[in-house]
Amino acid sequence: MPRQQLQQQPPQQEPLKGEAHGGDANVVPDGDEAMEEEVDQEGYASSTPTSSLTWISWFCSLPGHEYFCEVTEDFIEDEFNLTGLNSMVPFWKEAMEMVLDVEPEDSLKIPDVSIVEASAELMYGLIHQRYILTRFGLNAMAEKYEAGQFGTCPRVYCLACHVVPCGRSDMPGLDTVKLYCPNCNDIFTPPSSKFQGVDGAFFGTTFAHLFFQTFPQFAPAPYYSPSGLSTSAVSRSPGNSTQPAFVNPNPHGGQKPAAGKVYTPKIYGFRVSERAKSGPRMRWLRLRPEIPGELDQVDWRGRWIGSDDDEYEEDDDEDGEHHMEDFDPVGHNR
Amino acid sequence: MRRAVDELSTGSDSDYSNSWISWFLSSKGNEYFCEVEEDYILDRFNLTGLNTEVQNYTQALDLITDNLDDEIQDNEFRGSLDVQARLLYGLIHARWIITSRGLAKMLEKYKKADFGRCPRVLCQSQPLLPVGLSDIPYEKSVKLYCGRCEDIYSPKSSRHGSIDGAYFGTSFPHMLFLVYPAMIPPKSGPPDLTLSLSGSVRGDGGDGARRRRAREDPESVAEGVGDSVSTVSAALKAERYRPKIFGFQVHEIAKLQRWQEAVRDRQIGRLEELEERGVI
Ligand SMILES: [Zn+2]
Ligand SMILES: [Zn+2]
Repeated sequence: MPRQQLQQQPPQQEPLKGEAHGGDANVVPDGDEAMEEEVDQEGYASSTPTSSLTWISWFCSLPGHEYFCEVTEDFIEDEFNLTGLNSMVPFWKEAMEMVLDVEPEDSLKIPDVSIVEASAELMYGLIHQRYILTRFGLNAMAEKYEAGQFGTCPRVYCLACHVVPCGRSDMPGLDTVKLYCPNCNDIFTPPSSKFQGVDGAFFGTTFAHLFFQTFPQFAPAPYYSPSGLSTSAVSRSPGNSTQPAFVNPNPHGGQKPAAGKVYTPKIYGFRVSERAKSGPRMRWLRLRPEIPGELDQVDWRGRWIGSDDDEYEEDDDEDGEHHMEDFDPVGHNR
Repeated sequence: MRRAVDELSTGSDSDYSNSWISWFLSSKGNEYFCEVEEDYILDRFNLTGLNTEVQNYTQALDLITDNLDDEIQDNEFRGSLDVQARLLYGLIHARWIITSRGLAKMLEKYKKADFGRCPRVLCQSQPLLPVGLSDIPYEKSVKLYCGRCEDIYSPKSSRHGSIDGAYFGTSFPHMLFLVYPAMIPPKSGPPDLTLSLSGSVRGDGGDGARRRRAREDPESVAEGVGDSVSTVSAALKAERYRPKIFGFQVHEIAKLQRWQEAVRDRQIGRLEELEERGVI
């Protein structure tokens, strides 16, 4: 459904800087300016004389709602976009009137206002989940992303990489919103408890990843060279020679240099040996190969290509920190 | 004097502990520090070399041990002396927490999650430990180490984010798991501190004995609490997040994750072989 929505949008694309990519992930160019105009007009047209603040603006300004973007009213008014949602939201009609700031048709039938409010929040959240997968929604979220409104990754060696909100489920009521970091490809609990009341389904499982496919310039590449070699050598796109920029040879992949340092536990300056019971077991989770080609040395089943499975002895050093004497507590304690 | 430095002591003076250390420990933002026992500070051997790191070393030491002459009236000097006293306490603290008694004290704080919990969702609120990225003061602020994902994070609060990492040092969390292997967190499931917690929270009974034993022989603590459990293939149990778009894995990330898991499997193979040969 959201894909269809993507195709519905008029294709007012500006060419992406640098190179043209294939694939339908690139439906979204930087059309921010045109969009802003439209949003502004929309907001102006719908504002009621009594209050300049719409329900949507009010909702998005509440503490804990900082991750939401404002869904345009024309998106909500297009019933096609809401397919299947009415069965999930009680008092659908009343909630819709509240979200769109429409005078209730039949005020006698109104149940307790707080029930309608809860319904309006659920409705807005579910529509929001779909909206942020559209071109306009992705652009609106990109603006918030660049402004750092979702915060940064708490992991030290992600070097304050900006994160995006995500859900672990698309069904409401199961889990609260989390933050996805494109550098470590991991998810984190938001730092403030005010986000603990926000449903993760209002952002959904797909958005974060569609976002970085759509804006590869925000996504770190899957390889990292501490010496910086990989950042210069691999530019292959024609007509791009003036750009000193980093280029990932995979045009569909992340186009930003990764923050690739991995923490090394040490005792008195010596690395803790992997032979120790408390030795490092999790470096792989954060490790990146130095050059993109290394990724191809593993087949689709996760096996090393062209190497016997028994060939373990030769190395200890995926990380490039060679020959430093390990702190070996096994020897030390006996 | 404390009033001049901090407004904390405006409360009742009577039930307020008067020692500099207890004032320091109860100040907002100092929650990560534990109490350095006085006899450790008074043993000058433990402070070797610190006199060159700290200005007005003698008076700073007098201040933290509550031996400073109360006659000193110069407010400016008192202010700078307070800074030096904090520095001195921090540097002593870094040494203290990797002694067996210091480790035991920090372990108690760890069990209460005084250092916060891992922000990584799949670490399931694993308690953290403070760590420095340098042992030299004024270089890097304190970070938090998670024994489950074995990674380091920035403290959430700026109060903690501005503490000098050298006051905890680079070795501390790794020393703790070396000395208390039974405390190495599992890679999956909820964190389990109950084994030792039951003894430590209630009364001093079992835990005191255990701690005394720890002083003589740190390894003995682990007896019967999973010391025989190998960590060689522990990483296989670690969960990881897999990004998906409309239910489908993202190609480049999936490829990176396969590579990372192959690196993991290679390490496990290497360690299993060592284990088989009886080397570890
Ligand atoms: Zn990260
Ligand atoms: Zn963790």
